[in-house]
Amino acid sequence: MSLRQLVTVDGNEAAASIAYRLSEVIAIYPITPSSAMGESADSWAAGGQRNVFGTIPDVIEMQSEGGAAGAIHGALQAGALSTTFTASQGLLLMIPNMYKIAGELTPTVFHIAARTLATHALSIFGDHSDVMSCRATGWAMLASSSVQEAHDLALVAHAATLRGRVPFLHFFDGFRTSHEVNKIEMMGDDDLRAMIRPEDVAAHRGRALDPDQPRLRGSAQNPDVFFQAREAANPFYLAIPGLVQEAMDALSRLVGRQYRLFDYVGAPDAERVIVMMGSGAGAVEEAVEALTARGEKVGLVKVRLYRPFDAAALLAALPRTARHLAVLDRTKEPGAIGEPLYQDVITALFESGSTPLPRVIGGRYGLSSKEFTPAMAVRVFEELQADSPKKHFTLGIVDDVTHLSLRWDPEFTTEAADVTRAVFYGLGSDGTVGANKNTVKIIGENTPLHAQGYFVYDSKKAGSITVSHVRFSPRPIRSTYLITRANFVACHQFHFLERMDVLELAEPGATFLLNSPYGPAEVWDKLPREVQETIIAKKLRLFVVDALEVARAAGMGSRINTVMQSCFFAISSVLPREQAIEEIKQSIKKTYGKRGESVLRKNYAAVDASLDGLHEVTIPAGVTSSIHRLPAIASDGGNDFVKRVTAVLIAGKGDLLPVSAMPVDGTFPTGSAKVEKRSIAYEIPIWDPKICIDCALCSLVCPHAAIRMKPYVPGALAGAPEGFQSKEWRGKEFTDYRMTIQVAPDDCTGCGVCVDVCPARSKEAVKHKAINMEPKQPHLERERANFDFFLNISDPARTRMKLDTVKTTQMLEPLFEYSGACAGCGETPYLKLMSQLFGDRTIIANATGCSSIYGGNLPTTPWTVNADGRGPAWANSLFEDNAEFGLGMRLAVDQRREYAEALLRGLAGSVGDDLVRGLLESQQYDEDQVAGQRERVALLRKKLAGNDSHEARTLAGLADVLVRRSVWIIGGDGWAYDIGFGGLDHVLTTGRDVNILVLDTGVYSNTGGQASKATPRGAIAKFAALGKSARKKDLGMLAVSYGNVYVAQIALGANPSQTVKVFNDAESYPGPSLILAYSHCIAHGIDMSTSMSHQKDAVNSGFWPLFRYDPREAHGSAHAFHLDSRKPTKPFKEFAQQEGRFAMLSRSNPARADMLFALAQQDIDDRWHYYEQMAGVERDIADGRPGGAA
Amino acid sequence: MSARLETKYLSLNLRNPLMASAGPLTGRPDTLHALEEAGVAAVVLPSLFEEQIEHDDIEAHRLFMYQTESFAESLSHLPEVGAYPTGPDEYLARLSAAKKSLGIPVIASLNGCTTGGWVRYAKMMQEAGADALELNIYMVADDECEPGAAVEERYIDLVTAVRETVTLPLAVKIGCQFSSLPNFVQQLVHAGADGLVLFNRYLEPDIDLDKLEVLPSLHLSQRHELRLPLRWIAILRDQTRASLAATSGIHTAADVIKALLVGADAAMMTSALLQSGPGLARKVLHELRSWLDEREYESVDQLRGSMSRKNCPDPGAFERANYMRALTSYTAEYRAP
Repeated sequence: MSLRQLVTVDGNEAAASIAYRLSEVIAIYPITPSSAMGESADSWAAGGQRNVFGTIPDVIEMQSEGGAAGAIHGALQAGALSTTFTASQGLLLMIPNMYKIAGELTPTVFHIAARTLATHALSIFGDHSDVMSCRATGWAMLASSSVQEAHDLALVAHAATLRGRVPFLHFFDGFRTSHEVNKIEMMGDDDLRAMIRPEDVAAHRGRALDPDQPRLRGSAQNPDVFFQAREAANPFYLAIPGLVQEAMDALSRLVGRQYRLFDYVGAPDAERVIVMMGSGAGAVEEAVEALTARGEKVGLVKVRLYRPFDAAALLAALPRTARHLAVLDRTKEPGAIGEPLYQDVITALFESGSTPLPRVIGGRYGLSSKEFTPAMAVRVFEELQADSPKKHFTLGIVDDVTHLSLRWDPEFTTEAADVTRAVFYGLGSDGTVGANKNTVKIIGENTPLHAQGYFVYDSKKAGSITVSHVRFSPRPIRSTYLITRANFVACHQFHFLERMDVLELAEPGATFLLNSPYGPAEVWDKLPREVQETIIAKKLRLFVVDALEVARAAGMGSRINTVMQSCFFAISSVLPREQAIEEIKQSIKKTYGKRGESVLRKNYAAVDASLDGLHEVTIPAGVTSSIHRLPAIASDGGNDFVKRVTAVLIAGKGDLLPVSAMPVDGTFPTGSAKVEKRSIAYEIPIWDPKICIDCALCSLVCPHAAIRMKPYVPGALAGAPEGFQSKEWRGKEFTDYRMTIQVAPDDCTGCGVCVDVCPARSKEAVKHKAINMEPKQPHLERERANFDFFLNISDPARTRMKLDTVKTTQMLEPLFEYSGACAGCGETPYLKLMSQLFGDRTIIANATGCSSIYGGNLPTTPWTVNADGRGPAWANSLFEDNAEFGLGMRLAVDQRREYAEALLRGLAGSVGDDLVRGLLESQQYDEDQVAGQRERVALLRKKLAGNDSHEARTLAGLADVLVRRSVWIIGGDGWAYDIGFGGLDHVLTTGRDVNILVLDTGVYSNTGGQASKATPRGAIAKFAALGKSARKKDLGMLAVSYGNVYVAQIALGANPSQTVKVFNDAESYPGPSLILAYSHCIAHGIDMSTSMSHQKDAVNSGFWPLFRYDPREAHGSAHAFHLDSRKPTKPFKEFAQQEGRFAMLSRSNPARADMLFALAQQDIDDRWHYYEQMAGVERDIADGRPGGAA
Repeated sequence: MSARLETKYLSLNLRNPLMASAGPLTGRPDTLHALEEAGVAAVVLPSLFEEQIEHDDIEAHRLFMYQTESFAESLSHLPEVGAYPTGPDEYLARLSAAKKSLGIPVIASLNGCTTGGWVRYAKMMQEAGADALELNIYMVADDECEPGAAVEERYIDLVTAVRETVTLPLAVKIGCQFSSLPNFVQQLVHAGADGLVLFNRYLEPDIDLDKLEVLPSLHLSQRHELRLPLRWIAILRDQTRASLAATSGIHTAADVIKALLVGADAAMMTSALLQSGPGLARKVLHELRSWLDEREYESVDQLRGSMSRKNCPDPGAFERANYMRALTSYTAEYRAP
């Protein structure tokens, strides 16, 4: 028998470990929260890890989940044991193949981290809406409700599918199980071999397509036999429940954990029973234990095998005494009589013919990982006792619209006294989560205790706050919900105290560990009053450590993780102190050992110094502080929605919002990011007007619109706050104007990109520039006042400027501001520029990805409006369909305009011929023309106001569309090069006036840096851990080949003027335009503060040549293709050594790096040569005015 | 019979006095081999820079940690790559490989930045089989509060600490800017140095006038640079029994001969080998031998130090008079119009 290890892993790893070892072909594609399964498989394969058959599985990334399913289908047909991992929309894309795979009775298992489907909004979190959409595919569905089960039932699924030929969806709850770290017993290869019958494997291989025994599969059938053939597979489905139970029994014999198709826990004579599947069962089981201990007759049926649904097994699992059933579904099927599991249970009971039938009610809970607790389960049992319970109800929310929700008692708890419950508040960047994962591992793998970790992240990429929920218990931990009564609270950032109630979860007598720059003697008076009150009222013990100081002294910078971890162990007494320190060091060695001895030494030094800096604070008897916790937002600006909803979301209290507070269709006002003053920067840029040369580069490159330039008349300075800086305007655009460069101190992320690009240096001290990063705090109050004043200075009129230079564009108000993108993000400056140029008449189709997340993830959006209330109108459909989505917008705009024009012509008599002609013939290619059209539309409205005809009223409703609309289709390279390429390609051929902006980071940035077809050769990326071997796809040239598409490749940091020109050219081109925008990304492994100037190296090395192809010039002897960058002067290798994605390959695999870098250089040389030739090519494109020839 | 070229450097018996000093050619197996083939008597591997190693490791660590566990969808941003060499692994592997494949002595070179680092890495180099150790000490004394003696003390402390740790022959490579070089050299020898390498050529800053940025630059040595070590070896030879190696400006056999004449035990070459290839050593050795034979020298031993300050017909030439003479000769050449 194999030696089984007790390990602490998350659900994804638990499942992937089985899937990998039992597969030969694994096709993958990233999607949250299942990406980690594919990443594990890829890295195990890259590391040469073998499956139980002795081979290294072939792990291949596909262009979409649809592609992955297709590849798996093919691999299965050709006889390989194959698997994939996915979730949510990805699973939907697999459905067509899933029907085929099941129809052909092909054994496979897809492992699913079940996630919410996008409806009114996208959500990355967990529920069963994705898997429930697969009910009709003919796949068996097996649900795991914990990390151990995700491991165990994954194996059951693989064994049963091979035995019974029906393919399996093995699913577990996204995040709650996929990302929960828990202690499990991991099965060895021998266990896997014991569960998989060689004859089943041989049978599968025997069914492979083979020219030596040729067969045909996938015929087309007619009315005569299709139906019969469909029924022919019935026996296989009938056999599956039995085979699954056999596999479960075999597993039980092997490892001692017994599962059944429906597992019952609770009173043997229960009268009230909950039926459900997934992680929520953990919470219910705790409630059942607590209630049965009180003598209540309650129980729980955990559904394991959901399809094929074995009614007899369900009935057998239910106690005969059960009279009242509540079926809980973690999904919503609008319009149905009830949710799927509810309906199945009802049907099973009814068909059983047993009398009397229990009364059954159905509830929805936990959509998008909404918390589901034992208290809620108790409320369901109470409802079951009611004389007339709600037949259909919801749990976990307050529904004040349709009044379906049940109110529960949040005070009810099942948390035991002997369980350590610790909650840690940290910043994403300070390593808090990593340290806690380590702590869970230390306890889980070195003590008899069970350990659980679950981690909550906010929706920002820069300055994000993390909350770690960690439990240690002498018993297995089934608490699948957040901690609400912590006996240990740690706050890893002192400034959180002012912003959030970190002691909310502390139970009386709890220990509070605070990272504090103030020592034990002075800290008390620095605490906000509310914190002091809570400490006294709850009788908390307070410990402080200056973790930042300890970390810095140890050479760890601002990563305070090991310091805080050591302090936790020192005061929590989970382990004896000495042993804890030793275990931490061991764990550091295990985790960071491969990073080098110096890294270990610094970490050890931090551990050793930690305890010296740890002090308990004597709590004074009374509250002394005059500091108060800050409100969630400084001002709601009189906006009712912001006050009622946005402010609550920002305060982290969104769970409290009732149904009535929410928009019914997912529509939100824009312009909300400005109320969310996160103030996350430690340093901000401070302007020195004496040196400034008005170049506006700082404003151009700022990823967060947090540094701005504005020219104004001197009179505008009246009433300026003291210290408001101003200088005379140097440009020809205005005479006698003054100007200011102003930082938004609470919105700046402190990335430093503006200072890096500033070209103006002091003559006296060269290091001093026109803007310089300085500690924020001393400047904060003054700059706040300055920024408020700055915003109130009128913006210069757009019509007075020719918007063709960097400088003039930066006088325009950005309509994209303060996004939650990473500090130094390479994408957002392009969006901001686009919003400045065209935002007041732009409609945006945004592909899912980073840009849709920082663009549209609640609580706020950076898309905003100008003083006239105009601004970008934005929508996100999906990942794969964005080009088509945007095209549809263009079609609608054109149709609406055509209708408006027809109405206008018909009303010419009453409106006036001149106005009609003006409206119809307006060109609108510059700001004057647009403004002129807006005036004409206003005049038209006035004239229509007196006309009550249907036509006039209809035209009044459509008139705005007579002002030219700019349709922008925006997304990353994962969309444009891979999953959305088919659609993008099609849209390019339509000749329609859309502007496609590809924010090309060369990886799937949002899901953590997986390779795309835009990933350059030689770069390491997830799914390409050995360095990408293939050349980057030349999307630009594919588009150029159509002839009538405007195509440009740009890099803002390398050539800002070209960028501005391209945006103007693309927008004015009345056909499809494609802009490929070089977007640096943290996944490149670069110093983000110098990322913009680093783009110069990307261009100088030829890694990213700049070009434009303008079909308007593709006539006569003109050359339509322009190379905008110079012949490469820097060797690729030199460029590559500046980026971690290349440099790490050089370190880890120098021979392969040499080989790939040489090929990459060849790519560059070849491409340059090709482009040079292109620059001399004459074209004569027939439909140079696109659409014309269509 | 041809003159004997053998010499002793540190306690190593060298087949001739020509060594390849730390540089790109001593960093690669193929060129190391070519140097041995061409007759070079010993090689000094490029320096292991403690600061660089620590920096690389910490930066790689930072790279993988940066913005991890911050955002639910992207808990990390780069794939875990396989094991990569960290710390001195790569250097020590290169050292062992060189030691295994070469018959000539292999000298490891170390530039530390902490006392712990000097000692730790010196020990590792000894364990990896180095025949000797060259401490490449480079400190820019930039603090007005630190007197010269304190700077010297830092050197001495380092050499003492390394000496206590390793039994290997120890050479110390220093710059020339010490108030009393002979006294300082004596201190180093007392602290445990078996030899001195004179002198280190440092990376000196240049300025980019367009960008107003400081550019670190290192140019290949010029022949005239040999004059500095010539003077000091001539002076030191008579005052110390420690080995002395001349480096900087050794480009030809004539330069080697000059170094030997003033008392060097060995002459180290880098720039000329880089420019002309390892084969240059063959030519230099041939010319050295011819020169000795033509003048009927029996051996390098006989030649060595025969023009040290003491043995030189005009000892003052190595001192202040040298400057006077140069000045005189220039003015002598000057003719009024």
